Amino acid sequence: MSCVRNRRFARRVHTSSVPSSPERTLPHGRGLRGRPWTDHALFAVLVGPNLALLILFTYRPLADNVRLSFFDWNIAGSAATFVGFDNYLEWWRRPDTWQIVGNTVAFTAAAVVGSMVLGLGLAMLLDRKLLGRNLVRSALFAPFVISGAAVGVAFQFVFDPNFGLVQDLLGRIGITAPDFYQDPTWAMVMVTLTYLWKNLGYTFVVYLAALQGLRPELGEAAAIDGASRWTTFRSVILPQLRPTTYFLSITVLLNSFQVFDIINVMTRGGPLGTGTTTMVYQVYDETFRNFRAGYGATVATIMFLVLLAVTVYQVRIMDRGEHR
Amino acid sequence: MIAVDDRPRVLHTTTRDEEQRHRARARWVTVLGYAAMVCVLLIVALPLFWIVMTSFKERQDIYTIPVTWWPSTFHPQNYGEATRSVDLAAYFRNSLIITTVLATVKFVLGVLSAYGLVFLRFPGKNFVFLGIIAALMVPNQITVISNYALVAEWGWRNTFQGIIVPLAGVAFGTFLMRNHFLSIPAEIIEAARMDGAGHFRLLWRVVLPLSGPTMVAFALITVVNEWNEYLWPFLMADDSSVAPLPIGLTHLQNNDGVTDWGPVMAGTVLAMLPILVIFLLLQRHMIKGLTSGAVKG
Repeated sequence: MSCVRNRRFARRVHTSSVPSSPERTLPHGRGLRGRPWTDHALFAVLVGPNLALLILFTYRPLADNVRLSFFDWNIAGSAATFVGFDNYLEWWRRPDTWQIVGNTVAFTAAAVVGSMVLGLGLAMLLDRKLLGRNLVRSALFAPFVISGAAVGVAFQFVFDPNFGLVQDLLGRIGITAPDFYQDPTWAMVMVTLTYLWKNLGYTFVVYLAALQGLRPELGEAAAIDGASRWTTFRSVILPQLRPTTYFLSITVLLNSFQVFDIINVMTRGGPLGTGTTTMVYQVYDETFRNFRAGYGATVATIMFLVLLAVTVYQVRIMDRGEHR
Repeated sequence: MIAVDDRPRVLHTTTRDEEQRHRARARWVTVLGYAAMVCVLLIVALPLFWIVMTSFKERQDIYTIPVTWWPSTFHPQNYGEATRSVDLAAYFRNSLIITTVLATVKFVLGVLSAYGLVFLRFPGKNFVFLGIIAALMVPNQITVISNYALVAEWGWRNTFQGIIVPLAGVAFGTFLMRNHFLSIPAEIIEAARMDGAGHFRLLWRVVLPLSGPTMVAFALITVVNEWNEYLWPFLMADDSSVAPLPIGLTHLQNNDGVTDWGPVMAGTVLAMLPILVIFLLLQRHMIKGLTSGAVKG
């Protein structure tokens, strides 16, 4: 992570009008050069509270999760019992583990691929002078600002198998709507579509902004050279969008991995117990509904390690991409 | 698929034939663009329209096959019922309190942190910065177990400080503001320095006046995020004394075993409305903030 940041940092500095030194405080610090301790003290005052809050409420619990994962502990009270690796073994052996992991992977993959492909496609189609395009852009982005809970409540009724909007529209084209409430697979589809409806606008506006920053001459030159539309897209546009694509793949992955509100409001992890339970939901379910905080912490720890590995991998790819 | 005809031609060496081909292509893309626009409008607006209509329907209009698009009689009583069965006004007030305090604190902390990180000397400053932005990678959802235990131990359950304090650290905003501060030309800063400006004056008179749009974007994104915050308040708040609107909505949903969709949809519309209005007024600024981190790479 650090090398990416440093390179970015360096590039920013070069594009702004600062001379070669990447350390901006040297020229700025001129007036106070004799007394660095005032700088240090002020820095501590300005940055300290924020850092302290993050340490106390983000990093401390992260480490605490690891400790708790070796205990059997009811979060509502009594003392914790040390159980060694029992929680991890239980996680490995329990049949519902793999369904939940499968749900998480399916949901995340659908959310990332779906929102990025659709977001890019729509951005490309709407990146031209079309009447009323601003209205459509706003409309597409608007659901992104609505709370997931409100969207979830509303869409629970939109997907109602008997009186909902979706079954009605499907019925008009001769399809009998599946039971979104009772069938685990279709419940997962319902949750995923709801998530996409709410979040598609984000990838769309980010891609749109990126497209507007492209150099159109390249595409034009390619088109004039007789390159097919697909070739132009693949070898001229996509490579220019690479940094945006990497950025989005990481942020969308992190965001979709964390979805809790929509699932809690629409299905409570059901139907049939774990039909739409993802790992994040399982952490909540085990800790606060089954009162098994130790097991919840185990799932949280495993989840974080997976997330860390995936993000580090993505950053690596991104690094290599930037070297080209 | 890039625009071919909309933009001024750079090269004029094409033959008439080729030009016609390009024009035909471009026309196709335009048609596709309009088709996409119609689809998008339908997919976004249809559910919203239907939700609003349902909130005005009487029971017999809600449970019909096929669905009714327009209520046979408008029944605004759903809104009264929603506000009676749960105390929506209290949830709304709580949302206002939590969002105002949290967004203000986060904004101040973010701006000050970014200032310190850019304009002050400190040993290991880059590690401090890394320590702040790495928090972006830790989902709130996996810190709740230990935080819940800690806050409960302090006796802060079902209180505003219990909801607000653990969420107050700011990573994204620090990142956003820092990037912006780094782009301020060094000459400006130096000139102010030469004039003998101290850090306070530098921040207040020079740096902040140059940071308007970024600050607006930061503030807007924070307000929207805090207004929509769900899991932590859901765990912390027990009742309408501190619970914000999204939690209130789920209380409304669960009020009796069977969901009575009319009032629930009315409550949902009331919950969606304020943030949508803010969005429509200020969307441009918000989009700027969301895209500025991404596009420059």
